[in-house]
Amino acid sequence: MKEIIQRLKQQFTISNVNQQRVDLTFLSVKKEQAVSLISYLRDFEKFSHLVFLTAVDRVEDIQFQLTYMLHNYNTHQDLGIRVLIDREKAEMASIHHLWKQAGTYQRELKEMFGIDFPGSPRVDESFILEGWDNIPPMRRDFDTKKYSEETYFPRPGRESHDPESYMKSKLYPEGDA
Amino acid sequence: MTKETKHNPSILENNGLPEFERDYFCDARPEQSRPLAKYIEKFLNWARANSLWLLGFGTGCGAVELRPLMTARYDMYRYGIAPRPTPRQSSVFIIGGYASVKTTKRIIRSYEQMQQPKFVIALGSCPINGGMYWDSYNTINRIDHYIPVDVYIAGCMPRPESIIAGFDLLKKLIKEGQAEGANKYIENLDWYKANQKKIIKDWNMPDYNW
Repeated sequence: MKEIIQRLKQQFTISNVNQQRVDLTFLSVKKEQAVSLISYLRDFEKFSHLVFLTAVDRVEDIQFQLTYMLHNYNTHQDLGIRVLIDREKAEMASIHHLWKQAGTYQRELKEMFGIDFPGSPRVDESFILEGWDNIPPMRRDFDTKKYSEETYFPRPGRESHDPESYMKSKLYPEGDA
Repeated sequence: MTKETKHNPSILENNGLPEFERDYFCDARPEQSRPLAKYIEKFLNWARANSLWLLGFGTGCGAVELRPLMTARYDMYRYGIAPRPTPRQSSVFIIGGYASVKTTKRIIRSYEQMQQPKFVIALGSCPINGGMYWDSYNTINRIDHYIPVDVYIAGCMPRPESIIAGFDLLKKLIKEGQAEGANKYIENLDWYKANQKKIIKDWNMPDYNW
């Protein structure tokens, strides 16, 4: 894996290289270089399998973090490529020309996070949420509990407890232990 | 649909359908079925209770508990219960577990296509009060706000024994003539439709008649 990183560093500006396991490495790359880096890995380093493409909502930094996880069947190495993109104007270049199935991931990200992938096939059609008219539900500023209570007729009588204080009162009813 | 019939309460508006498709579907309101003379109805109810045909539509994780029920260990055929592949041949609809909004749309479609008499069993916690998905943005909390439910079987998931007990209760209700969910649905059709259309934003199907 070290040789691959060395070769990548000659061509791309990569940062935060983090080898988490013998067979799992993460690195970060700029948004502009991401697609060419992924193409290079697929075509020249035999990372032929796209394991997943997912997003994390970093609402504090006003950013989305995309993770492209690639797998090499010859060496059984996983390589995660992290890309930070702007949250206000969430848009990323599509990779459906590299892997056809990436279009499905991108459709899901468009629906769940509102990240646009221009040119990706059927990216504007609804996927799971048919006729959704709120902000995308996986964004962290979407209050799913409030939405559920307003929309889905909660049955009265449901109780919930703070786990820490509830277990304390159950285990030590006399007081602090 | 012309302007005169627009607010006629005896006609279903079918306004989710595009104009050219409205001719394909009937817009008459469904009517409640009245019981026949006392002993005939009693006999019919006895017959209905002993040949329950189940719609093979597992909406959630509860469908996995129906497999042991069908196979040799619990063998539901000895109770006169058999699965059918299409709603038009079935009389019992089991809501097996959580129902997302997308599934709820299909549940409503399937339920409306079933012939009367029809009965609904809500299986598991999720269709009863939301279960562990009570605060999810995409799963409904109470299925009885969208279709009428005759028997509730609580649990997460209920064992096949509980499902058999639920069928026993359903049979008892049918024999007593109390499993009137389909009539209740028709009686309160507007309320059910309002609830359904509240969550199903892309309503592109007829209002009742298929």
